[in-house]
Amino acid sequence: MNDTELRWQRFEHKKVMSLIKEKLLGHNFLLFVTVALFVVMYIAGLFVYKDKNFGNMQVFLNLLISNAGLIITSVGMTMVLIIAGIDISVGSVVAVTCMMLASMMEKGKIDALPAIAIVLLFGIAFGAIQGWFIAYMKLQPFIVTLAGMFFARGLTAVISLEMITITNKTFLSIAQHKMYLPFGGSLNKRGVMIYPYVYPTVAAALIILVLAFIMLRYTKFGRSIYAVGGSEQSAMLMGLNVKRIKFLVYIINGFLASLGGVAFCLNTTGAFVELAKGFEMEAIAATVIGGTPLTGGVGNVFGTLFGVLIKATIETFVSFQGTLSSWWSKIIIAALLAFFIILQSLLTMRKERQR
Amino acid sequence: MKKSNIKSKHIINHPLFLPLVCLLLVLIVNLIQTPSFFKITIQNGVLYGFIIDIINRSSGLIIMAVGMTLVVASSGGTDISVGAVSALAGAVCVAVLGTGESYRMPYIISLLLPLIAGMVCGAFNGFLVSYMRVQPMVATLILFTAGRGIAQLITGSFILYVKPVQFQYLGSFLPNVPIPTPCFVATFVILITWLTLKYTSLNMFIQSVGINPKASHLVGLNSKMITFFTYVFCSVCAAGAGLISVSRTASIDANNVGLNVELDAILAVAIGGNSLSGGKFSLFGSVIGAITIQALTTTLYAMHVSADQLPLYKAIVVIIIVALQSPEPKRWYYMIKSGISSGRSAREAN
Repeated sequence: MNDTELRWQRFEHKKVMSLIKEKLLGHNFLLFVTVALFVVMYIAGLFVYKDKNFGNMQVFLNLLISNAGLIITSVGMTMVLIIAGIDISVGSVVAVTCMMLASMMEKGKIDALPAIAIVLLFGIAFGAIQGWFIAYMKLQPFIVTLAGMFFARGLTAVISLEMITITNKTFLSIAQHKMYLPFGGSLNKRGVMIYPYVYPTVAAALIILVLAFIMLRYTKFGRSIYAVGGSEQSAMLMGLNVKRIKFLVYIINGFLASLGGVAFCLNTTGAFVELAKGFEMEAIAATVIGGTPLTGGVGNVFGTLFGVLIKATIETFVSFQGTLSSWWSKIIIAALLAFFIILQSLLTMRKERQR
Repeated sequence: MKKSNIKSKHIINHPLFLPLVCLLLVLIVNLIQTPSFFKITIQNGVLYGFIIDIINRSSGLIIMAVGMTLVVASSGGTDISVGAVSALAGAVCVAVLGTGESYRMPYIISLLLPLIAGMVCGAFNGFLVSYMRVQPMVATLILFTAGRGIAQLITGSFILYVKPVQFQYLGSFLPNVPIPTPCFVATFVILITWLTLKYTSLNMFIQSVGINPKASHLVGLNSKMITFFTYVFCSVCAAGAGLISVSRTASIDANNVGLNVELDAILAVAIGGNSLSGGKFSLFGSVIGAITIQALTTTLYAMHVSADQLPLYKAIVVIIIVALQSPEPKRWYYMIKSGISSGRSAREAN
């Protein structure tokens, strides 16, 4: 091996190392930390709650089942955060979706599928109105969605002040349809193989997640979302229609929020005014823990999935423990949030200093 | 004629013009609804009436809005933890006094400790925002989530009551004084803040940091310290508002003290004509905004709207007010106007 070749090899080596460093220290690092944290927490759970069957496949799937709505909503939230916006109306939209579904099916005698179609259209319209105010009227997203939050919550109360329980047969059959996995089963006491199951909501959530990932990564529209979030000015100079992109993102977000509401409703099979209170903050927290900063331009929907899973795992821990009050899960999530945003800001500061 | 034109333009362009018009509109609607709206009577030696009720109820919100104004002005972000901080302060206050027949500790400590707790919360928020450069909303999201949890831990998830009657003085009336005490507190906070801003250069510092933190830093301002200070001040204000609301009911329910009040406080700032992206601010605009919101709430209650349905109407009013104040409709208005006139001139040229 001659000198030049050796030098070339060293150069290549250096390049690869710096690439790895860059990847690790960039925003992928945040995703990595999130995934690692989830894995560590889950393994810790396996040891601590060994006697309570934490390792059971079903326990893991329950994390997804109880949070399918949150996953769908958080995917929309991720997109909104990528364009450097925010939407705090999603919790109320979830509530109003549930209430509309319940009242249409129980009082209006409309069948489940048309009712679901109507609420999804409502979500799109709601997102479109908010998006119009934000993109074309140039109002601040925080204020617009704040008003949207009030509006949707008030609308929920206008539809019905009492709790409505859903008894529609089609709806309940969708809600209770168990989709068994072909693997990961365990033997019960009688020695019968029981396979773990998920509900259709989980399948829907995962499909939405994959679709959003493909859209964000491989389509022109998805790329332009990142461009707008990175710098509106440059995106405009590049020839992108910034207003239209923003408008569309809020429409997608409205749709996903109402779809999340449908999933949420399939889980609760009932609706009341105070439903899903604080849901928007859970979605934002999950997204931020998943490595999407609020500054825009960066983000990954799979990180968001892990953000939701971390939140779900903490809740499972607290409920498995039994003696802790449910407030502890909130406090722990807040502490985690603090940890992650400090990590994020330290990383960005370090990057700036390197320049 | 020209002179009066200039004068009217001057009035219309005044930053407090639109907020005042909004408040007047709400009040006029009230007057049409209930003709006895402005009547003030004396019952049991205290003033009584719709107006008094609005001012009394809005004083907590006013105090928060004053703090929020400075936060918005200096950082271009909002503090969404004020409701949780006020619940936390209330919990500390009641925990210090105890639920016995008499106070466990001197009353003054029960006022000081919650304010210090508020200061600590504010320091946490301010540290994250100014020194760690976290977006204000996310930074305060932490306490928004955890604050009520900590308050619940302090109260042990119970609703605690304070028995001595004197405890209610802060939230209702001092003996032989016809005006509600919260009004005095609110006035005091406004005056202190206003005088401090007027007679020191803090006013200018905060605005310059809000407009461009980097430039202010280069000019020699300690912009981080100034942002930090506004967050501490905002949380202390929130703690004060929490004390008032605890004293009003002589009890602490950590789930409900200051619930959704952060949204009202932000709206008060927005309705007051302050830009939510920082920079120039008007303290009195926010105060007017807070009174407008409370007047709206009282009006809707008087119209027999249930508490749960209230947000619907509030949202519609708020979006109209904010949309009117944003620059975009004005631009459209001028565009249409100039479009018509240019079209006319083009036609004339033909």
